[in-house]
Amino acid sequence: MEIIGIIIVAIFVNNVVLAQFLGICPFLGVSKKVDTAIGMGLAVTFVMTIATIVTFLLQRGVLETFGLEYLQTITFILVIAALVQMVEIILKKISPSLYQALGVFLPLITTNCAILGVAILVTQKDYNLLESVIYAIATSIGFALALIIFSGIREQLALTKVPKAMKGIPLALITAGIMAMAFMGFSGIDQVFK
Amino acid sequence: MNNHLKVLLNGIIKENPIFVLLLGMCPTLATTSSAINGMSMGLATLFVLTCSNAVISMLKNLIPDMVRIPAYIVVIATFVTIIEMMMKAYVPALADSLGIFIPLIVVNCVVLGRAESFASRNGVAPSIFDGLGIGLGFTFALTLLGAVRELLGTGKIFSLNIYPEQFGSLIFVLAPGAFIALGYLIALFNKLQKKESTN
Repeated sequence: MEIIGIIIVAIFVNNVVLAQFLGICPFLGVSKKVDTAIGMGLAVTFVMTIATIVTFLLQRGVLETFGLEYLQTITFILVIAALVQMVEIILKKISPSLYQALGVFLPLITTNCAILGVAILVTQKDYNLLESVIYAIATSIGFALALIIFSGIREQLALTKVPKAMKGIPLALITAGIMAMAFMGFSGIDQVFK
Repeated sequence: MNNHLKVLLNGIIKENPIFVLLLGMCPTLATTSSAINGMSMGLATLFVLTCSNAVISMLKNLIPDMVRIPAYIVVIATFVTIIEMMMKAYVPALADSLGIFIPLIVVNCVVLGRAESFASRNGVAPSIFDGLGIGLGFTFALTLLGAVRELLGTGKIFSLNIYPEQFGSLIFVLAPGAFIALGYLIALFNKLQKKESTN
């Protein structure tokens, strides 16, 4: 029951983009077409899950054992940067078709604050390994969901006539605001699972 | 000296990181629920940006080109850790309300962007002024957005009452208001800038 609660909260109630403001750059940057949004969503799911497992083990196994918690920020960001590079190299070798689909998005992910954000949040929330992995997967599903809905709306918006000053990012931000309002309707749903 | 002033002003208005370059959106939206929060986040970023710009411009000839991005990230992460520890020690309440967004200054594209596009090509003094200018532009944008949201949401600016609280609409303090307020502010900035260039 608790696991289901974590999943529902991470996807709908505390949506990573619309409620926690993590990963706004890719949310605004690669949401002009539905196809690229799906690719980005998949790439983030992949990297976020692996990064959370690795940083979780590092935090528990190395940093906490030796009392080096203050090195968390430096260690995590370096590990994530190295990990993204490694995933890119391995994917290229093992599954060229998957690499073709995700390749362009991988370098962008290093500066996606949602990855580092989730890695730090998981240690702050004191989750165990299973809960952390589930939280990471659910969060990235929430990210993909928001990104894909948003890109669908933006494809339509590109065809409409709007005042010059509002074109592009300002209109996209206001659309995101209305989406965030819609997602606020889910708040309270987590009470069912407690 | 005139040149330095130009670099400084450039960062505040012409290359304002939020309204013109549209970089560093995550902390902008997340930490501006009040003017004071926005300003402190801006000042923390200003500190990191100025220090990392200075150090990177000093080291630019020592860092091999192949590993420059990880090297920059280590320098930036060091200063982020310093400011995080200082804020936790001296202003714990503020550190609590900014929360996870203090360590996340590391992945703020503004900081890495200036390291890559300015500090790695210029001397120490111009880099410091560039860091100050962009940092001030960032602080200005965050304070403005925070003030607008606080005013519309609770009727206060910097906790000073402007009009009674019950007339405010709470939505501007919550998540959706951040997106909407920033959207309209950028549109306004676009409008003013275009007018300037046509007249």
